[in-house]
Amino acid sequence: MAGLLSRWHAALAEQSPVAVATVIQGPEGSLGGKILVSPEDHTGTAGNAELDKAVVETARGLLEGGRTETVHLGPHGQRRMEDVAVFIQSFAPPPRMYVFGAIDFASAVARVGKFMGYRVIVCDARAVFATRERFPSADEIVVAWPDEFLKTAEVDGRSVITVLTHDPKFDVPVLKQALDTPAGYIGAMGSRRTHDNRTARLKEEGVTDEQLARISSPIGLDIGARTPEETAIAIVAEIVALRTGHSGGRLAERSGPIHAAAADTRADAKTGRERA
Amino acid sequence: MNPVIDKVAQWSQEGKMAALATVVKVERSGPLGPGTSMAVSEDGQVVGSVSGGCVEPAVYEEAMTAIEGGEPRLLSYGISDDEAFGVGLTCGGIIHIFVERVDW
Repeated sequence: MAGLLSRWHAALAEQSPVAVATVIQGPEGSLGGKILVSPEDHTGTAGNAELDKAVVETARGLLEGGRTETVHLGPHGQRRMEDVAVFIQSFAPPPRMYVFGAIDFASAVARVGKFMGYRVIVCDARAVFATRERFPSADEIVVAWPDEFLKTAEVDGRSVITVLTHDPKFDVPVLKQALDTPAGYIGAMGSRRTHDNRTARLKEEGVTDEQLARISSPIGLDIGARTPEETAIAIVAEIVALRTGHSGGRLAERSGPIHAAAADTRADAKTGRERA
Repeated sequence: MNPVIDKVAQWSQEGKMAALATVVKVERSGPLGPGTSMAVSEDGQVVGSVSGGCVEPAVYEEAMTAIEGGEPRLLSYGISDDEAFGVGLTCGGIIHIFVERVDW
């Protein structure tokens, strides 16, 4: 199986998606069998061709969602059997964070997003604000109308979209567009008044209450944030809390396990770690 | 982009044997989730971690054994029953760690 390690290493370096499946329980001699699976091909073996086929298939499914799991199969890849346990770890490229509105708050959100392992894309229609000087940590800076840009941008279930423009001219069209994506998080900044005004305009545009419920508005957890940095923390804290299904209160005032049993299993390529 | 695999690949290029220890399951409360890993080289270098520091010394020994003998093993480290598990986790969880020699 020589070469699996170097391919694994290369895939991580190129940030191309890859899953590694390892037999961790099973018949004598099968332990440690390993297959490296990419969307296009695979290398290595779990023991036999039938088992390999089932493992590769399962691994591709998990890889698509960036998930890491242990799956159980029969010795020849049979579905409803449990003789062999295969640990499948996904190394997916970093999830994307879209930041619309190149204001000071956006700069802090971009920095914190980067720190959280996101690929950060900042977009604003105003070339004078969307500059490299203002966003040194962003992976991409795009000068375009937000809704136009979002139409062609890559968005999946791990993507987060933050709309910080709080100008109806920009945020109503981009939020409408965001609702047409499978983004895992959509947040919109603004005061209560801005929020009410924006909600009314979105409804006028035909957005339903059910769709509106997808938008975190006003954006962020209620931690009394005022500065751009504090606000950025409130926003990413909300992103994490929504993903894990936690409410965001103080652990000191709560009992029970800190890490939920139904831990979120999305990994990111940067650390290869689960975000449990 | 992954410090553990980076290091393991480097050791491999240098012709050093190594073992990889990966958290494959966490029951109840555990500090690091499945997929977290640590690697040990034959000359005793360590990269990464598998817990908050509670079980790393034991895993280090297991990794060394894997490098020598080549047999992969699925290990469990848990609460209170220190006799059975060798070492305990202070957080009250059980972690399952797969240790294997890097020969792929």
